Amino acid sequence: MTASFGSALLALAFLAFAFAAFAALAGRGRTSLRYAAESATSVGGRQERWVLASRRAVYAACGLLTVCVALIEVAFANDDFSLSIVQQHSSIETPAFYKLAAMWSSQEGSLLLWAWVLSIAASLALYATRGKLREIVPYATAVMAGVGSFFTGLMLFAGGVNPFASLSPVPADGVGLTPLLQHPSMMIHPPMLYSGYVAFTIPFAFAIGALIARRLDASWIRATRRFALIAWALLGFGLLLGARWSYTELGWGGYWAWDPVENAALMPWLIGTAFLHSIMVQEKRGMLKVWNACLIVATFSLALLGTFLVRSGVLQSIHAFGDSTVGPYILGLIAVVLIGSTALIVSRLDDLRSQKRIDSLASREAVFVVNNLLLVALCATIFWGTFFPLISELFTGEKSSLAAPWFDRYTTPLAILLVLFTGIGPLLAWRRVSWTTAKRVFLVPSVVAAAVGIGLVLFAGAASEPWALALFVFATFALVGLGQEFWRGAAARRSLRGGSLPAALAATVSRNRRRYGGYIVHIGIAVLLIGIAASSSFQTNRDLRLAPGESAEIDGRTVTYERPTVAVDAQKFSFGAVLSVRQGGRSFLLRPARRYYRPTGQQGGTIASFFDGEATSEVGLKAGLGSDFWTSLAPDIAVVQRRVRAADRGFSTCVGGGPGTPPQCRAVSQLMSAAAVNPQLRPVALAQIERLQTATAEKIARSYLTDGSVATFRVIVDPLVTWMWIGGLIALSGALIGIWPARRPRRRLVADTELEALKEAKYREIRDAELDHAAGKLSDEDFALLDAELREEAVEILNRGNGANGNGTREEAEQPARPL
Amino acid sequence: MVALGVAVMLAAALVYTSFSASTEAKEPSQLLSATPGTTYDMTGKVVKGSIRRGDEGLRFRVTDRDGDGESIPVTYSGTVPDPFRGGREIVLTGAVESGVFVGQPDTLVTKCPSKFTTANDS
Repeated sequence: MTASFGSALLALAFLAFAFAAFAALAGRGRTSLRYAAESATSVGGRQERWVLASRRAVYAACGLLTVCVALIEVAFANDDFSLSIVQQHSSIETPAFYKLAAMWSSQEGSLLLWAWVLSIAASLALYATRGKLREIVPYATAVMAGVGSFFTGLMLFAGGVNPFASLSPVPADGVGLTPLLQHPSMMIHPPMLYSGYVAFTIPFAFAIGALIARRLDASWIRATRRFALIAWALLGFGLLLGARWSYTELGWGGYWAWDPVENAALMPWLIGTAFLHSIMVQEKRGMLKVWNACLIVATFSLALLGTFLVRSGVLQSIHAFGDSTVGPYILGLIAVVLIGSTALIVSRLDDLRSQKRIDSLASREAVFVVNNLLLVALCATIFWGTFFPLISELFTGEKSSLAAPWFDRYTTPLAILLVLFTGIGPLLAWRRVSWTTAKRVFLVPSVVAAAVGIGLVLFAGAASEPWALALFVFATFALVGLGQEFWRGAAARRSLRGGSLPAALAATVSRNRRRYGGYIVHIGIAVLLIGIAASSSFQTNRDLRLAPGESAEIDGRTVTYERPTVAVDAQKFSFGAVLSVRQGGRSFLLRPARRYYRPTGQQGGTIASFFDGEATSEVGLKAGLGSDFWTSLAPDIAVVQRRVRAADRGFSTCVGGGPGTPPQCRAVSQLMSAAAVNPQLRPVALAQIERLQTATAEKIARSYLTDGSVATFRVIVDPLVTWMWIGGLIALSGALIGIWPARRPRRRLVADTELEALKEAKYREIRDAELDHAAGKLSDEDFALLDAELREEAVEILNRGNGANGNGTREEAEQPARPL
Repeated sequence: MVALGVAVMLAAALVYTSFSASTEAKEPSQLLSATPGTTYDMTGKVVKGSIRRGDEGLRFRVTDRDGDGESIPVTYSGTVPDPFRGGREIVLTGAVESGVFVGQPDTLVTKCPSKFTTANDS
């Protein structure tokens, strides 16, 4: 029932997307020349109707896919094992929370998630741009709906990936969800990454629309900047959650392994970061148009590549998702996107010429260009390393792969340079900065950074790790510089309006959200990189083999294996340890464990098979701002397993019931001989044996408490690693501040919203310059020059709005709201 | 121009170092005849029921990914990822020493059985 209904809805969603693409193209903007002259009203009206229809079709697809997702979720909640997706990824015992999240642990479910998130993002984008960007929107709609119909079509026609595939006969129970994935962050991590990938479709679609329509000013950027930022934040948060899961759950104590699938998510994030910076240059200066178009095409292609890599199996990865049928199709889509976009950009090169050139190397736009090159170099390096197995196979015929040290060799210096520019960028004003002003703003951060560097060398022995030292120094420079920015902004407002410093700070931030949100992201990234550098360079990592009661020394701490622990429940055996860690006068306890899950859906095996299921590590972690103490346990259960094998032999002797059967298993052997005669007794006998086996297994497992087995502990002392997570969260909150819409003055009725947007953008530029001046980043002369320039440009825009008679005045340009 | 020059230099460095720093991937059937002492990434499947835990680490056998062909004995010490067990695909860096593949500590990678695999694979 659900299966056929759901498939029908999915098919309707596919048709809705396909219709939207068609209708959008039918209604594409031809108003400007021929048609407008012929019969402006009727043709214009007809086109309007097509565009409206395409927008509504996208809304409809969104509604249909929402119902599809709801149907799947209800099926999971109700244990409806007639759906194959539910049977394969859930079971009656699966906890309710994980049932709801199990959808995207399957391939077909994650495709549905892709399509659903895309339909939501596309609907939001079309709603936000209704009545605006008339030339661009139809093409953008066609691109978004085209991608939407690709993914819905994939589920319907590719075979084996329809989320509504059904099973007959209906199994009694499901396979269940891998215990390793039963972790809260694992449940939000995939949808975050997916939403990030998907949301990059929106700026991509509008960029393509702008290219086709030759509307290559910054209007498409203004319309989609927020989506790009949301995509960036979601992808970044997804990466952070993945790292956290690896650190706390995977039992190896690291957070990043340069695994192909990790890299696949990092690459679009890096290029997306470059894009978010360089679009500001286009918005403000009309430069870098080709570059921006290339960046967004690259970001979207890399997002698709990430989606592809996850399921193709072409590269060796920890994330082995099994070979699947959809890989070639996604590869085809990537090829279409790359070839089509490249051809389009090349054919529009004339329209993409910059209106201006960079005035000075000491300007924010110049720093943005440098940061872009660094980010692209970083991405190119990771790309090369990730795909090296394929490259080497091509040239040498052998699949060779590159390990973490190779990646570190290149990414470390690039990251260090990046953090430096994270600090330099915000200190410079747009267009140009005079030498005296530069000296003034750079003085304090440079001095503090140098002092911290000298201090680290003298008192912390940081000279042994020059890369880490360089990163600490540059990050300090960035943090002090950014702090100075906040302080100067707040101080400027205070001198103007009075009030307390915190209130002035809050007011300045809330009036300039894009700017200060960005600065907060920079602070977060600098803090995050400090955490990474410290924890990777100054980590202590030891494997300890301890018998109960024994102690070892590590990094000034005494670690004692107090006693073993055992916990048994219906699903798993858990062998653990109580460790006490003493440092100075303080001590704490850690309880790492290793869990052995019983395989699901098997009966009548041996006791040994109870230990054949998944095993997971429960990490013992004492997190602190100074350092983390991390430990995992590899218990030696050889003794237990020997006893289990002996017990199994005993059971088979009992069940055999031949001559010489020990007297204590007479009951079992009698039951089995009765079952041999009367088959109806067989289930009863098997259940009885299962009960006996379970009781025996529990007894044997508890013997671990007293057998004094030596256990192996991996112990890691990770300095400052907590700051990595804190930095990530700071960056995320900064992104949220930048995304949050500013309070707008009540909209007046304006005939031309695009001109209005242009005017607002120019006003923002004027306000930014005022703020830079007030914060001491622009000297008086520079500011006077720049302000005059900007106001001239604003007057020009106003004149355009008032028609050809040019009665816009400088007075009108005086009206932008003040930044402080 | 400067940027272009730097880009070319970076590209050259990437190409040069990656070929020398990479390790070749081989399957167990190829390793049986491989040069002893050379470091390889072994990719293969752990033979079910072959895992033994000893004082100096793990001993197990590995076969080719898609076959029940010949298997090679393996010794390994260091962290063992959670998903490691018989029947799973692994990647391990090491070298062949007198017929035994000796894994370098902490290089064992086990593929997650997670997500998109079906029950019969695991």
